[in-house]
Amino acid sequence: MHDLSLTSLSEGLRQKTFSSVELTQHFLKRIKTHDTLYNSFITVSEDTALTAAKAADVRLAAGNAPALCGVPIAHKDIFCTQGIRTSCASKMLDNFISPYDATVVSNMAKHGMVSLGKTNMDEFAMGSSNETSYYGAVKNPWNTECIPGGSSGGSAAAVAAHLCPAATASDTGGSIRQPAALCGLTGLKPTYGRISRFGMIAFASSMDQAGTMTHSAEEAALLLQTMAGHDPKDSTSSPHSVPDYSQSLSNDINGLTIGLPTEFFSADLDPNIRALTDAAINELTQQGVNVVEISLPNIDLSVPTYYVLAPAEASTNLSRFDGVRYGHRCNNPIDLNDLYKRTRNEGFGEEVKRRILIGTYVLSAGYYDAYYQQALKVRQLIKQDFTEAFNNVDVILCPSTPSTAYPIGSRNDDPVQMYLEDLYTIGVNLAGLPGMSIPIGQSDGLPVGMQLIGNYFQEERLLNMAHRYQTVTEWHLQSPSNLSEGS
Amino acid sequence: LSQLAKLDLSEDASVKLQSSLNDILEMVGRIQSADTEQIAPLSNPLDAHQILRDDEVTEINQRDALLRNAPDTQDGLFLVPQVIE
Amino acid sequence: MQWETVIGLEIHVQLSTKSKLFSGSSTAFGSDANTQANVVDLALPGILPVPNKDAFKYAIMFGLAVNAEINKRSVFDRKNYFYPDSPKGYQTTQLDLPVVGKGYIDIHVGEDNIKRVRIHHAHLEEDAGKSLHENFQGQTGIDLNRAGTPLIEIVTEPDMRNAKEAVECFRKLHTIVTYLGICDGDLSQGSMRCDANVSIRPLGEDTLGTRAEIKNINSFKFVEKAINVEVQRQINALEDGDTLTQETRLYDSEKNETRSMRSKEEANDYRYFPCPDLLPVEIDDAFIDDIKASMPELPEQKKQRFIEQYALSDYDAEQLTNSKAMAEYFENVCKVCSDPKLSANWILGELLATLNKNDIDSRDMSNCPVSEQSLGQLILRITDNTISSKIAKKVFSLLWGTEQDVDSIIEEQGFSQVSDSSAIETMVQTVINNNPQQVEQFKAADEAKRKKMVGFFVGQVMKASQGQANPAMVNDILIKLIG
Ligand SMILES: [Mg+2]
Ligand SMILES: [Zn+2]
Repeated sequence: MHDLSLTSLSEGLRQKTFSSVELTQHFLKRIKTHDTLYNSFITVSEDTALTAAKAADVRLAAGNAPALCGVPIAHKDIFCTQGIRTSCASKMLDNFISPYDATVVSNMAKHGMVSLGKTNMDEFAMGSSNETSYYGAVKNPWNTECIPGGSSGGSAAAVAAHLCPAATASDTGGSIRQPAALCGLTGLKPTYGRISRFGMIAFASSMDQAGTMTHSAEEAALLLQTMAGHDPKDSTSSPHSVPDYSQSLSNDINGLTIGLPTEFFSADLDPNIRALTDAAINELTQQGVNVVEISLPNIDLSVPTYYVLAPAEASTNLSRFDGVRYGHRCNNPIDLNDLYKRTRNEGFGEEVKRRILIGTYVLSAGYYDAYYQQALKVRQLIKQDFTEAFNNVDVILCPSTPSTAYPIGSRNDDPVQMYLEDLYTIGVNLAGLPGMSIPIGQSDGLPVGMQLIGNYFQEERLLNMAHRYQTVTEWHLQSPSNLSEGS
Repeated sequence: LSQLAKLDLSEDASVKLQSSLNDILEMVGRIQSADTEQIAPLSNPLDAHQILRDDEVTEINQRDALLRNAPDTQDGLFLVPQVIE
Repeated sequence: MQWETVIGLEIHVQLSTKSKLFSGSSTAFGSDANTQANVVDLALPGILPVPNKDAFKYAIMFGLAVNAEINKRSVFDRKNYFYPDSPKGYQTTQLDLPVVGKGYIDIHVGEDNIKRVRIHHAHLEEDAGKSLHENFQGQTGIDLNRAGTPLIEIVTEPDMRNAKEAVECFRKLHTIVTYLGICDGDLSQGSMRCDANVSIRPLGEDTLGTRAEIKNINSFKFVEKAINVEVQRQINALEDGDTLTQETRLYDSEKNETRSMRSKEEANDYRYFPCPDLLPVEIDDAFIDDIKASMPELPEQKKQRFIEQYALSDYDAEQLTNSKAMAEYFENVCKVCSDPKLSANWILGELLATLNKNDIDSRDMSNCPVSEQSLGQLILRITDNTISSKIAKKVFSLLWGTEQDVDSIIEEQGFSQVSDSSAIETMVQTVINNNPQQVEQFKAADEAKRKKMVGFFVGQVMKASQGQANPAMVNDILIKLIG
């Protein structure tokens, strides 16, 4: 059952091949048996999952249930779940039981989807290796010595190891696309504002976007359908109409144009990744897609721009963690200042503190213009580059990551080096565009991903192109060879 | 800086953090090279404007549920060390 | 040395929207602690603000009333600081692009002088919660019911030159916001709070001196006192050769002194930046036009209407329209007694004097111990000759603070004016009999002299009747009996 796609699971439930309770029990058992190896879950909510599964079975029996009714899902622990611990992988929220559901969570629950639990992540989504979690590093199912990527590393590892059929995730600078690439999955980050951020714990509000972690584009379309749309509780969510994403999946892509940014295909691109990307491009041209070179002249400033803006927003988004209303509080504070300082010092990990300090610095008097304000202007330049490119192309194509998954612990000493590895994904967040990563092969046994970037609200086109690629290739169907079969 | 951010950085951690902060500031300093004289700052990626809601009371009292997460409370209040005015 | 005082005001006005600025929690006053603080107001992880349309409407109403520019695009910023009554660790406010731009108001200074005070801007922001310092085993309790209540902060230019002008400015703004109905104007509950930026400089100097910001002054009287005592402190300091520091000070009304607020002094860098959870607010002309069309009557318009509709003097109309509550009180009294002139005289005379004597704010007529119905009834009893004006004053003092109605007081006290002609005839006859000499003189006098002498007889009758005889009737009967 754990090898079936969302579509097959949906059919199986409808045809009573298995019930939602059976399906849920199967995945819960897999988590229990195998997750000691991957550490992909922070919290498994067995009781509420089984209750939801029973309710889904009733709906299924009554007929007229939504497409994904009864299908299990896992939520990144950045989404608030009522009555269930929502930690954001931080000691700060280790004891936080959310009194409300994120809109993404409640939407899926309304569709009858069954939440298995909360997946591991980098603390407050700050990281790209899933090593900053208070609950320990997550291991890549393709090689458990290696990182799964981050910050949605738990969601990626859990889906790659078939501990859940699909998972929700979030992406502020590549946090869906990068782990999807490193774990051989299809990861979709929609346009900024396409999915409500209400109940998704904020990292950098102007870039945070929820998305999907699945094996295929077809599944991503199904999942996105349950998530997309305006939410009155998130006034930055878009009122833009939501299409039927599954309808256009198989559309002809003949005549579409993809642009290859010269900046992303420079001489220092890893030769294996380059070769696999070329092969993937070839699959698309065989279906009639045109390829042109484009330029994104300011894209090399995207990482520095991001590391001004994201920490700036984060530094104040995280001010609410003060030990007063919820979350960690230090013992016996002697005064207010002591309460704040020790609570935050004990509750936040090193990477979070680092970013709070950077953010505080770039917003402070005397540095605001040179850093924060200048970064907002460069962001405008980067957006303009993309806008111009989309005058001539339908989709921009580039690698998702500069390398495959690296060994856990190997890059902890040099944060700047780690940050720079996000160069392919970060510009998309600064501009607010939709992007997705799809698997295109393996290098030394580790998955390689390719990124497709669309114009605003063109998720349909990305899903269409990815699906057409996946109908002629099988990379998205491959699983780590060491996965124990059968159980 | 740590006072503004309310972080109490212990000695050794502070040294390590300090050196990485310097590296990061050097890296982000590269944005200085861009000519942005005629460029408007972009705070939000979409060219959208704010949706306003009607003035209606939609919330009910949930104090008991909301106070359950609080570390220290009394008589429905959150308690903090004495604030001296 | 001659010193000149320079004062600018920052006034926080709580808007009377039903719900908060960014959440659907109620803004009603006086509920149990934290019962009106939802997930947004508590700044739970993951929550997002959704701005209240009426808060913008009210702010724009204010802007239109003070002749201000309305900014078509306004932006919310975060003001970052840690304090337990500020749950997000920042206040959402407006720094560079406030909803209301430059405007002005005219205030009365002295008898006939009008002074223009410029409004620098007014911005929308959220109120903080409350810290309760009572005994919680040496801890402070935090109530977030007020957190997120919409405020406009009105910032004036430093155009005032003495405490009286500052109070007048505060009063005028109070008049405007209560007329607009965008604030309940209740100073005692903190619905309007005044910060005064006060500095002094040698007379004739152009540059501003070092200023002190006196925070949260919550009555008109205290604004005047606080500024005066602060000005004196600054003069004393400078004349003693001390230097002043720019600081925030608190007014202690019991000791009548200001003192430095050291706790908030640690160098604060608020790190303002545009709030990324909120998009720029675009105000279109249609929205402004709708608001213009529904603007209530403003003080100046009401004054003109009073002059025309009630034939009042300019002065009376001005006095009566100074506060919306007073104007409403007047119109209600008029409705009962249909005599605008007498209503105005009574309100601006006896009523106002008694209010002042009892230390009751004439702007808040909801606490007035004499209802509109009672005062109207009292005036009615004067115009229908039941009682004289003199007796009416006695009735008025008995009305003060009671629920009893006018007629039952008149009845109980036997104040009813004697209009029974036979009773009056008896009294007049007695006076004639008792004063034969004066009667002879009267009979001998010519018409002009007689007119003067009538007063003596009427006075005697009134005295005999203890003021209750109808004077006009006394007059008529006297002429008839003597003549
Ligand atoms: Mg102020
Ligand atoms: Zn303010």
